[in-house]
Amino acid sequence: MSGRLSTLAAAMVIARRDFTAILFSRSFFFFLLGPLFPILVGGLAGGIGKDVQSSAARPELGVAMAPADTRAMLAAYRQLQPELGRALPVLVTVGDLQPGQQFDPAAAVQDKRLNLAAVLTGTPGQPVLTGPAERIEQWRGPVALLAAEAQRGAATSYPEVGLKPLALATTADEARSRMLTAQLGQTVLFLLTMLLAGMVLSNLVEEKGNKIIEVLAAAIPMDAVFLGKLFAMLAVSLVGITVWAGAGGAIWFAAGNSLGQFPAPAVGWPLFFVLGTAYFAMGYLLLGSLFLAIGSMAATVREVQTLSMPVTMLQLLNFFFASWAMARPGSLAELAAIAVPFSSPFTMLARAAQDDALLPHALALAWQVVCVAIFVRVGANVFRRWVMKSGPARGGSERKGLLARLRSRPAVR
Amino acid sequence: MKLGEWQMAGNGADGETARPLAIEARGLVKRFDGFTAVDGVDITVPQGAIYGILGPNGAGKTTTLRMLLGIIDPDEGVRRVLGHERPHEISHLIGYLPEERGLYPAMKAYEAIGFLGALRGLPLEEGRRRGKILLEEHGLGYAIDRQIRQLSKGMAQQVQLLGTLVHEPKLVVFDEPFSGLDALNQGKLERMMRGLAEKGTTVIFSTHVIAHAERLCDEVAIIAGGKVPFAGPVDVARDRIPAQVRLETRAGDGPWRQALPADARHEGHYWYFSLPESGIEPLLRALIEGEAGILSLSIERAGLHDAFVAIAGEAAARALAEDKDESR
Repeated sequence: MSGRLSTLAAAMVIARRDFTAILFSRSFFFFLLGPLFPILVGGLAGGIGKDVQSSAARPELGVAMAPADTRAMLAAYRQLQPELGRALPVLVTVGDLQPGQQFDPAAAVQDKRLNLAAVLTGTPGQPVLTGPAERIEQWRGPVALLAAEAQRGAATSYPEVGLKPLALATTADEARSRMLTAQLGQTVLFLLTMLLAGMVLSNLVEEKGNKIIEVLAAAIPMDAVFLGKLFAMLAVSLVGITVWAGAGGAIWFAAGNSLGQFPAPAVGWPLFFVLGTAYFAMGYLLLGSLFLAIGSMAATVREVQTLSMPVTMLQLLNFFFASWAMARPGSLAELAAIAVPFSSPFTMLARAAQDDALLPHALALAWQVVCVAIFVRVGANVFRRWVMKSGPARGGSERKGLLARLRSRPAVR
Repeated sequence: MKLGEWQMAGNGADGETARPLAIEARGLVKRFDGFTAVDGVDITVPQGAIYGILGPNGAGKTTTLRMLLGIIDPDEGVRRVLGHERPHEISHLIGYLPEERGLYPAMKAYEAIGFLGALRGLPLEEGRRRGKILLEEHGLGYAIDRQIRQLSKGMAQQVQLLGTLVHEPKLVVFDEPFSGLDALNQGKLERMMRGLAEKGTTVIFSTHVIAHAERLCDEVAIIAGGKVPFAGPVDVARDRIPAQVRLETRAGDGPWRQALPADARHEGHYWYFSLPESGIEPLLRALIEGEAGILSLSIERAGLHDAFVAIAGEAAARALAEDKDESR
């Protein structure tokens, strides 16, 4: 026998339907693959860039001296290179000069066929660097070292330097490192929120297309429809994040990396993840409820895109606001960013990376829960107002533009 | 007047045993951006009745039903459904089939029925179990495991109809249930509606086809331009128009002509006129005494269509006829 459903129970009926429908759809598989493409493209671009940088961009120093001097300079380079690495310019021979032979170093630097940043002439005792002022100033020291080594003539052995790295960082280093973690956390949170909250839009538009929305509205309160959809998409999002984090983590750790390579957040990694999940949920629910309200006013995916564009831009501004406030801990700006519902999750996650106090998180989460409740209620009212007026008018009001429909009175049957 | 007082007045007026009301609504008003879609609608629906809301498209039928079901709230007026002012509180006792049918295309037929039941508080597994049984009982057993997208439009409509009834509601509301159905399925639906009423379920449906209302309804509300000029038993609506008399006489003229009303029409061999308020006996006496030589005389009670024309006006009747033609 059927019985009356509470709002939460009704929401769970919707959530269960939406969750299973999405999870067992083919599109969900592609949704899971989605984030791999940017990573793949980013990896490829990074690899190519690195390759280009290492092969083409490293500047070379041309040597134009007497043959014996050139050999001495190259020997010195081979001697010092293992110790100094990239601090030394790459030496290439551009000419073995015979006594009295003229050579124009400026012309060699400007020769497009050569990859020379500067040219070294003279002798190891009196080396002369020709090239752009900034470059030759930068190479003055290394070249002097090479010339001194070349003058010495005999191979020198260098003492092995013992290394004792300290786990401790200076206060300045620690603050800077945590800022990086905060930035990273904010960015990931923003991207996930934008990516996933937008999904509720297409879900709702599909439902309106199926005409099932009236069946739902007749059976259960609109608040329950809203909550159910938000919960379902939140659950789908968490599944997606779990899969992505699991796959990414497995690859990361399999490659011999560890979390220790990242600067640890102030609240510690476990709590940082817990808070990150909570702030994602809040940010998602806030934005999702806004998108749902927008979705109620739109009849097609194109209209959804038109209407959601300003929201996306505003959310981007919120993200910038939170990023700006992050660099000003304890300031009024940070307090404002915490109070504004849409920037609050980002700002608080950054705070978790920088400050180990937990009470502000409890207060912020409570505030965000209140905001979510208000947004869901307002969104449901907007939805009820726009979706449940009546069906399409005779004569094809579906063909009207969105603004025209917003201005005109609804069709009534 | 409060709803309760009104209920007493409505039920006790004809001296019959008062039936509890499934729906009582008073002064319902709904405006959209300054346009009044429904303007002071009063409706009372006795429990166990088949009740029709009759009117052309755009009259406000769907908006009225949506207010009664709590899908939208009225701007003015009060409503009580199965004794509750908030219809969602007794959602598990109500079934609703909207005019624009809709199901999730990826769901299987029995899952769709189970889901519609779950929305009304029926446990999902029980709803699915009942869904399979209902599909078998209605000759759709072969479609149990088929997705909705694989069914024809008519079959999908039947699945949604079964989903509307799976939780055994006490009140079923159909919005234009016959639109899109062929004659065979319209007949099946009519039988189903009668079967529900026989079991004590209240059935309300909106339609712009008078014939359905005339065949099925105990009571109707005639709605036009957002107002309800008549709500009550079908017989009372018919009685708004006097019965029509068709008279054939041997004599072409004579004193008997004085017995006919002034607006009597003469077409061919027949005279047509409304039955005088004094009834048939004085008329017959006057015709016989006036030596009319009655060859034939028939009295035809007004149909619901005539009643609709008289109550809602010619314009509404024309709109209704146009809607009917369009829906064919």
